[in-house]
Amino acid sequence: MTTVLEVRGLKTQFFTQDGVVQAVNGISYDLNEGETLGIVGESGCGKSVSVMSLMRLIPMPPGKIVGGEALFEGVDLMKISDDEMRSVRGNKIAMIFQDPMTSLNPVLTIGRQVGEALELHMGMSKSEARQRTIELLEMVGIPSAADRVDDYPHQFSGGMRQRVMIAMGLSCNPQILIADEPTTALDVTIQAQIVDLVKKLRDEIGMAIIWITHDLGVVAGLADRVAVMYAGFFVEEAGVKDLYGDPRHPYTIGLLGSLPRLDAERGRRLVSIEGLPPDLIALPEGCPFYARCNYRIDRCETENPPLRLVAPNHRVACWIDVTTAQPTR
Amino acid sequence: MSDNNILLDVQDLKMYFPITQGLIIQRHVGDIKAVDGISFSIKKGETLGLVGESGCGKSTTGRAILQLYRPTGGHVFFKGDDLTKLKGEALRRKRRQMQMIFQDPYASLNPRMTVGNIISEPLEVHNIYRTKAERQERVQELLRVVGLNPYFVNRYPHEFSGGQRQRIGVARALAVNPEFIVCDEPISALDVSIQAQIINLLEDLQAEFNLTYLFIAHDLSVVRHISDRVAVMYLGKLAELADRDELYNNPLHPYTQALLSAVPIPDPVIEEKRQRIILEGDVPSPANPPTGCNFSTRCPRVMDICKEVDPEFRDLGGDHWVACHLY
Repeated sequence: MTTVLEVRGLKTQFFTQDGVVQAVNGISYDLNEGETLGIVGESGCGKSVSVMSLMRLIPMPPGKIVGGEALFEGVDLMKISDDEMRSVRGNKIAMIFQDPMTSLNPVLTIGRQVGEALELHMGMSKSEARQRTIELLEMVGIPSAADRVDDYPHQFSGGMRQRVMIAMGLSCNPQILIADEPTTALDVTIQAQIVDLVKKLRDEIGMAIIWITHDLGVVAGLADRVAVMYAGFFVEEAGVKDLYGDPRHPYTIGLLGSLPRLDAERGRRLVSIEGLPPDLIALPEGCPFYARCNYRIDRCETENPPLRLVAPNHRVACWIDVTTAQPTR
Repeated sequence: MSDNNILLDVQDLKMYFPITQGLIIQRHVGDIKAVDGISFSIKKGETLGLVGESGCGKSTTGRAILQLYRPTGGHVFFKGDDLTKLKGEALRRKRRQMQMIFQDPYASLNPRMTVGNIISEPLEVHNIYRTKAERQERVQELLRVVGLNPYFVNRYPHEFSGGQRQRIGVARALAVNPEFIVCDEPISALDVSIQAQIINLLEDLQAEFNLTYLFIAHDLSVVRHISDRVAVMYLGKLAELADRDELYNNPLHPYTQALLSAVPIPDPVIEEKRQRIILEGDVPSPANPPTGCNFSTRCPRVMDICKEVDPEFRDLGGDHWVACHLY
């Protein structure tokens, strides 16, 4: 399997009046060709910032990518010039955003917005771009696309707008599609439509996907591999079946336990994770999950565990082995 | 009502919002039929889950029950009194027995009031304690009940996280010792690990104070966890209502079936084998609902009759109510 993207030690910080927000704290991963990687975490854990950094879309200042590299086709995306980055972004690496209501320009027609990337990156003429736009809209399941290409975003529903965003993202046949919570703003039946569509397009086009979400349910049916993020760190990364079937980090275990499930037995009390995630301005010296962890030992307070391999393709950042250890509180 | 156990009985509740045109002379040109004739009842101590997608009218239902909107039609009997007929002081006295917990813990607390003032306001409004000291004592007790430190009483909402703010919202609702609480998506704005904390809190409080909940949510897994009975709403009408296990194990309405199949289960092994019913299209506008059954435009099992006749919401036996021509 070929690796299309290698991220090494990516670190992003925001320099604010209150202090330095350590949003992403050195994450490393590989993305293989045609693979879907899910990045799961709660709000503020740095999952969006981590991919925005990859795309160099972090507002600077206050943000700054303070370290790390991201190798794509032999070049480090963190080092290339803005012009070179612009030819990658939207072309070989495309992104779709969470909120289909605000990520389209309300005063431009759908056709203009989807066609823009085609003219810019593929060198198409206006009429070629329009023709291709109609094909793309048909591909993402927009009925009577030839008529709707001249409509404005407000004439589309939320689910339809997200389809337009996907058409836009796929317009230049990207090798990597980054999806930042693309279904969070949508209803569950519409979410099912979108997930279904992305799966279908992935099988047809074969792009690699990074799917960011807070919903452990969505990635279970979609991802090949899942990484769990907490306070800017990857705390666990594994194949999707291992992560759900054999979670090894206390945070992952807690997250899975706190979900009410459609298929759970009745009367089960939810296992909540007490407390709150740490303040990213004042990260603790040791493990970021220390304060909320049920398995913590003294070492966790002073030393932050690195990601280490605990089983084939299964990395965990934890000093203890939850398969043998007993909860310490 | 003959059944003494019924706390709330909603009959043919309608809530229309007028659409007007014209600047000076406002002509009435149509209605948004947010809630269009729904009936159900809630027993004492029970949790009724009300699920549906955004815009289906579930929040409007909650507000119309509490008379925060005056319903366009229908009746809401609370312990035998028709709330839609009550006004002024009589209604205000009733409100002491029914409270609401809101969705957005960021918007539902006044940023200029301290936590203590927020929680004691309903106590003052309803004149429950004579002295300030008594009120303060009650506020501290409430903070303890919802799992907050009583020392927080003089802090402002911005000093709290989302989960803690939602606890303040719960404390405010509990302040007047209500019997009935409308929980309007109380956990949708919260993170997964915090959601579980609030769900557990609501369950504990229900057991301790014998509360009755109308739990409004769009998340079917959460509703299944907390509810005794579940009602499914679509475009202003109830599609199905049944006991929780009955509804989830034996959904009859095609919409309920599609909704349940669309919910992702956090288990890749199960997800691999699941068959999804993918609904085509979007929800129609409540200003212009389709004729006949309101689900007929998206229903995978639509028949000719569905496009003409609106199916009656009826009991198929065992308290399993469905509005569908298939049965």
